[in-house]
Amino acid sequence: MPATDTVTDRAQQIVDEFSLFDDWMSRYEYLIELGDDIPLLEEEKKTDENYVHGCQSDVWIETELDEDDRALCVQGDSNAKITKGLAALIIRVINEQPPEAVANADFDFLDDIGLHEHLSSQRNNGLKAMIETVQERARQT
Amino acid sequence: MPATTHPTSQTASFDVEALRADFPALEQDVYDDTPLAYLDNAATSQKPTSVIERLDDFYREENSNVHRGVHRLSQDATESYESARKSLARFLNAPDPDQIIFTRGTTEGLNLVSSTFGRMVVEEGDEILLTEMEHHSNIVPWQMLAERAGASIEVLPVTDRGELRMDLLPEMLTADTALMAISHVSNTLGTINPMADVIDVAHAEEVPVVVDGAQSAPHMPVDVQALDADFFVFSGHKVFGPTGIGVLYGKREHLEAMPPYQGGGDMIDQVSFDGSTYDGLPHKFEAGTPNIADAVGLGTAVEYIMDLDWDAVQAHEDDVLRYATEHVQDVEGTQIVGTAANKTSVLSFVFDDIHPYDAGTVLDREGVAVRTGHHCTQPLLERYGLPGTIRASFAAYNTHEDVDRLVEGLQKVRHMFG
Repeated sequence: MPATDTVTDRAQQIVDEFSLFDDWMSRYEYLIELGDDIPLLEEEKKTDENYVHGCQSDVWIETELDEDDRALCVQGDSNAKITKGLAALIIRVINEQPPEAVANADFDFLDDIGLHEHLSSQRNNGLKAMIETVQERARQT
Repeated sequence: MPATTHPTSQTASFDVEALRADFPALEQDVYDDTPLAYLDNAATSQKPTSVIERLDDFYREENSNVHRGVHRLSQDATESYESARKSLARFLNAPDPDQIIFTRGTTEGLNLVSSTFGRMVVEEGDEILLTEMEHHSNIVPWQMLAERAGASIEVLPVTDRGELRMDLLPEMLTADTALMAISHVSNTLGTINPMADVIDVAHAEEVPVVVDGAQSAPHMPVDVQALDADFFVFSGHKVFGPTGIGVLYGKREHLEAMPPYQGGGDMIDQVSFDGSTYDGLPHKFEAGTPNIADAVGLGTAVEYIMDLDWDAVQAHEDDVLRYATEHVQDVEGTQIVGTAANKTSVLSFVFDDIHPYDAGTVLDREGVAVRTGHHCTQPLLERYGLPGTIRASFAAYNTHEDVDRLVEGLQKVRHMFG
């Protein structure tokens, strides 16, 4: 099924959820929980092609186009839990969206929940490269 | 205890609170009301007020180019710049300030030596001896040189505890070894290498030794003559000085024989389109307008260091490291990486089931500044089978309280991820 809610709708939903927490520790604990909840990426999908190297942590990203629905299915994983939680947030907003919507998605909502710093290149945790990889693949489909 | 004597008097005993008061950056909150516990000194140190003010004064009152103006300001700037060189010579006990070359830092110093001295002495079929604990900046320049020259890189291994396999050193120094490059102190493990012994053994085989002193210069008095080092390089920003300035010391016979590193103004004697002749030491290696203000600031930084009572500082740093080691290993699931008998001011560790990035992120939110990752020593971490470590690194101004903050942060990490 193609998505009925947009990237923006989903981002807003995440912002609403995170607004329930008033200290950083609960936000991070919720983030870790979200990371734990995403389906595990099968080992055979952790290929070199799907590997995004980060200086601090590693990320794997798997994309597949559902031709019938014109929807991009995205899965991901990381060896660090905070990175994995952030990957879960990013996947949640773009998964099963049309490739054009994925290519044009912005992730400013991370700013609203106080987690945008993790996307800075200085952090080098692989997330920025993960987004670039997904968006590049979305453009090519 | 409040300070009663200023620590910059040579006779004063060491008072850590008085020392801390000299470093304004230590007194700040990060993330609203969370005070900073700065434990990332192996990456860079904070700066004392005297250095900050010296930079300010220089730009306000002396700013001018060096070595070429007849006017008053240029003479003042030249005087300050050359006076800093003299301070650096005293800091390393170099025989002559002419043997102190200002660089951008350790990395540039190593690149300078590999591109000049290295090109002179390394030939096809030769070997360059490194150790397994080197920082990337003491690996990559030598790989580039080896590739150009048709030479090979040989690596002296380390033990599980993080000590050099000194027993293997004599056999690794072969007739083909053209030079050895080695860190004085490991930035990842804190191991203090027995540098005088290493150099003795290498010199017995007539192998010159390049010492990466980036992590030793901040923590111990260095005497390049007693070590008999052929070259010694370090960075200003790790010894309470500014960023973008460092020092290369070299033996005079080497520096004189070496070709220049870069061409340009300030390093020449005569220039014509038929050819140029070069200036003498140290200017031959300082092409173009140097980083004058930061060199002057570095001079102030090492004067500040030399005024400290080093027996007391080292006793304090050893005490903080010992305290940190004991308390960090008491946190459930931690393992110290690097347990050499002779260590200084670096504590690397891992959790058995928590990624260093996760731990570092939580520590950061708790106001504890540490470094996580491979610390630019990928081959060393590969040897230990680790993707990275959490590294707390100390300076003279760190206290038991800073360590307590680290340990509390680690308990929180344990709680969140355990």
